[in-house]
Amino acid sequence: MKRRTGKADLQQAPVTFAKGVDERFQASTPLRALLNKVFPDHWSFLLGEIALFSFIILLLTGVFLTLFFDPSMTETAYEGAYPALRGTEMSQAYASSLHLSFEVRGGLFMRQMHHWAALLFMASIVVHMLRIFFTGAYRKPRETNWVIGMALFLLGFLAGFTGYSLPDDGLSGTGLRIASAIMLSIPVVGTWVSASIFGGEFPGHLIIGRFYIAHVLLIPGGLLALISVHLGLVFKQKHTQWPGPMRTNTNVVGERMFPRYALKQGGFFMAVFGTVALLAGLFQINPIWLFGPYRAAEVSSASQPDWYVMFMDGLVRLMPNWQIYIGDYSIPPLFWPAVVGLGFFTTAPMAWPWLEARKTGDKRIHNLLERPRDNPERVGIGSMAVTFFLWATISGANDVIADKFHISLNAMTWAGRIGLIVLPALAYFIAVRVCLGLQQHDREVLAHGVETGIIRRLPNGQFMEVHQPLGPVDDHGHPLPIEYGGWVVPKKMNRVGALAPAVKGFFFPVEKPSEAPVSPGMPPISGDTREEITSGRK
Amino acid sequence: MTTLHHDAPDAPEPVDVHDPRLTRLDVVKEGLRRDEIELVTYESQFQGTNSKAEKRVVRNIALLFIIAGLAAFAFLAFYIFWPWRFQLGHTAGDYFTPLLGITLGISLFAVGFAILAWAKKLLPHEVSIQARHDGMPPTDEQKITGQTMIFVGDELNQGVQRRPLLKGAIGFGLAPIGLVAAAPLIGGLIENPHKADQPDLFTTGFSPVKNGGNQVRLTRDDGTPIRPEDVSTGGQMTVYPGVPHGATNEYADSPTLLIHLRSDDAEETRRNADGDRRNRGSMWGDYVAYSKICTHAGCPASLYEQQTNRLLCPCHQSQFQITRNAQPIFGPATRRLPMLPLGVDEEGYFVATSDFKDTVGPDFWERP
Ligand code: HEM
Ligand code: FES
Repeated sequence: MKRRTGKADLQQAPVTFAKGVDERFQASTPLRALLNKVFPDHWSFLLGEIALFSFIILLLTGVFLTLFFDPSMTETAYEGAYPALRGTEMSQAYASSLHLSFEVRGGLFMRQMHHWAALLFMASIVVHMLRIFFTGAYRKPRETNWVIGMALFLLGFLAGFTGYSLPDDGLSGTGLRIASAIMLSIPVVGTWVSASIFGGEFPGHLIIGRFYIAHVLLIPGGLLALISVHLGLVFKQKHTQWPGPMRTNTNVVGERMFPRYALKQGGFFMAVFGTVALLAGLFQINPIWLFGPYRAAEVSSASQPDWYVMFMDGLVRLMPNWQIYIGDYSIPPLFWPAVVGLGFFTTAPMAWPWLEARKTGDKRIHNLLERPRDNPERVGIGSMAVTFFLWATISGANDVIADKFHISLNAMTWAGRIGLIVLPALAYFIAVRVCLGLQQHDREVLAHGVETGIIRRLPNGQFMEVHQPLGPVDDHGHPLPIEYGGWVVPKKMNRVGALAPAVKGFFFPVEKPSEAPVSPGMPPISGDTREEITSGRK
Repeated sequence: MTTLHHDAPDAPEPVDVHDPRLTRLDVVKEGLRRDEIELVTYESQFQGTNSKAEKRVVRNIALLFIIAGLAAFAFLAFYIFWPWRFQLGHTAGDYFTPLLGITLGISLFAVGFAILAWAKKLLPHEVSIQARHDGMPPTDEQKITGQTMIFVGDELNQGVQRRPLLKGAIGFGLAPIGLVAAAPLIGGLIENPHKADQPDLFTTGFSPVKNGGNQVRLTRDDGTPIRPEDVSTGGQMTVYPGVPHGATNEYADSPTLLIHLRSDDAEETRRNADGDRRNRGSMWGDYVAYSKICTHAGCPASLYEQQTNRLLCPCHQSQFQITRNAQPIFGPATRRLPMLPLGVDEEGYFVATSDFKDTVGPDFWERP
């Protein structure tokens, strides 16, 4: 028998192991491709990551909550640690949420982390979506991911709503009641839908249990599946990038996934997690013990849902009381904003990539992003949608605003109704003008150079500002025209290296760059053309 | 500046990775080449090794990691030793959750920044370019796969085309199986809202039919009955049906607002009520009772404005005019609040002489 030479064996062990793995799974080629994969970098590409990280936090904290939460509507008399409610009749669900808040060490912290992470999850989805929209990242070949993103918002909305309902406190019960009314408002089948979901008349004894399984299994499962496909597609189709030096429609300029990119992601995850921890520790959220158990006869005024539900609440408030009668039957006005509205606003935008492609006749593949200003029409439509959403959201709090600023509620409602029609149109107009203005300014700088701030007096007494041309000049010293590259045009002297670069980053500069750095972040200031950095419009 | 392509003329040549003269970086670069990646820039962020700048960055990063560790210890210490149980008044326990948040937050932030700084400041600065492969002209693969799929379709199809019996049988056999899959899932959930003789949709706890034919008393939430003198003039009270569990969510449609109007308002209210088919004779003296469940979306319409005799629903601000049969006068509600016919029994307590004559709560398609 051969004697083992311990040390050499140990060193050889990982190699042997790796060989063994590869012989069985043929992993080395895909693994290398993964390690080497190049990712472009830009701060706005991190928004989707925030959503992903908040989702992970939701999974972690949510699982903890399930260990204590009891989704039962059986009534009990509260005997827990919170004196103000002792002796009160309440559901087990509410009692166990109170237990979680007061009698589980760190339970309140976990509840608040879960809730803050939910708010952050939805917020980052929305902001991420705006980034995608305004830069045209959804264009071919990425339409599928746009659709998945919309579906993620809808599922997140449902996750948030079902979660909010679980503690069965005064606020969530009111929300459930409105949900049942929304179901009732559906023509023909409304009462059947409500009776089927609640297992009889509102509130019944089943709804918390049903919402629970939806909240902790069905919806997270759906989210997980969609998120996986979403990321898989990002991976397969490779990330879009901004135009810039060396960047073309057929390459990706950035850094390899390992180690730098992955490390940065890890650090960023920790920062997001830290933010959620700080929020959860310092800012109370959903203090259910103050709301009391749900009672059909009681509601606290100024009761607001979570922010991502408020736009719907606002639309419901603004809807005029138009009831449609059809013979002996009728459609209540609640149906339009709450069923048709929500359905429309979460699904109709899914068609946008195809609608736009159809209108522009653009069937090409786009891997380069478009600066918003280069597509005023898109920005206009996006601004319209954002304004509509924001205005509806604000209207969801119109009673609070009326109260705080001593405005009549009726005036607020009317302002809301009129604003909902007028403001989006106005936003469209303004956004288009702003884009055109910015475009114009870019073209001016390209044609005449950067404003230097130096005023020169000519022999004839005339004053004029000296411009620093961005490119070569002709015999008279006039700049030769430069073609627009679809990317930032330098407008300050330090951006063209004539002054010290502005200091960026959270550390002091490691070393003073001696010359103007030419990094991918810097604008293309030379005039040579690259393929396909068009604005997508002819 | 030139456009750099994977197929640019200066693309590196393949190398033999088993060549012993190659450095590790050479092998890595061969991998990059195979993945169509070009490492354009790969340089240390520092001039020379062990430069002052580098040491400073390293110190900062180390400091961040140490802060993270300390904060994590602090978190554990607070978690274990700090008093955390809820107590009345202002106690140390109030700071438990904030302390957890601050220590965990600082710890995670410090780790995060340490890692970010490490990646951004210490690792070599790099620019890589990788080729994309979308938008390629159609390849043989597309053609082959397409033809294969059509071929598979044909294989199945021809069989069916030539054998019509099979076609019918398949259709007949598969459709019911699909239904079988759906039926138990959905069927179990379906609940007929109209199945009872007295569907809950149209009745409340005040229905005498469900109370053995006896009129139902109005009670407080603790179940005690109410005499007229218990509600002062201009005052109001939320009342519930005097049946077992009448004040619980089992009777979520029943909460009712009992209002004692001032006599001039009462007169106007009576005039309007008597002019209405359903509300005629439903008041008792200067007292009137309306369902508290908003006809819009079911919130309790609970804000009573004495001056104007309006009832405001806090959910979407529908306003109801009490003196005019609780007609909605503003907001999204379309339907008035149903009136509960009031009476007083021989012992002097308020009763409902019958159930609401109108359907209570949010509106729906087949409401009579
Ligand atoms: C992915 C999206 C999710 C969202 C948007 C979300 C949102 C929410 C919200 C807003 C609440 C109310 C919190 C409060 O009491 O203040 C909640 C409660 C809860 N969630 Fe989630 N959640 C998600 C995922 C999960 C997962 C994956 C689980 C478990 C596996 C979970 C378990 C729970 C439990 C048990 C409660 C009730 C705890 C209580 O209120 O006492 N959640 N959720
Ligand atoms: S529920 Fe009363 S106004 Fe909507």
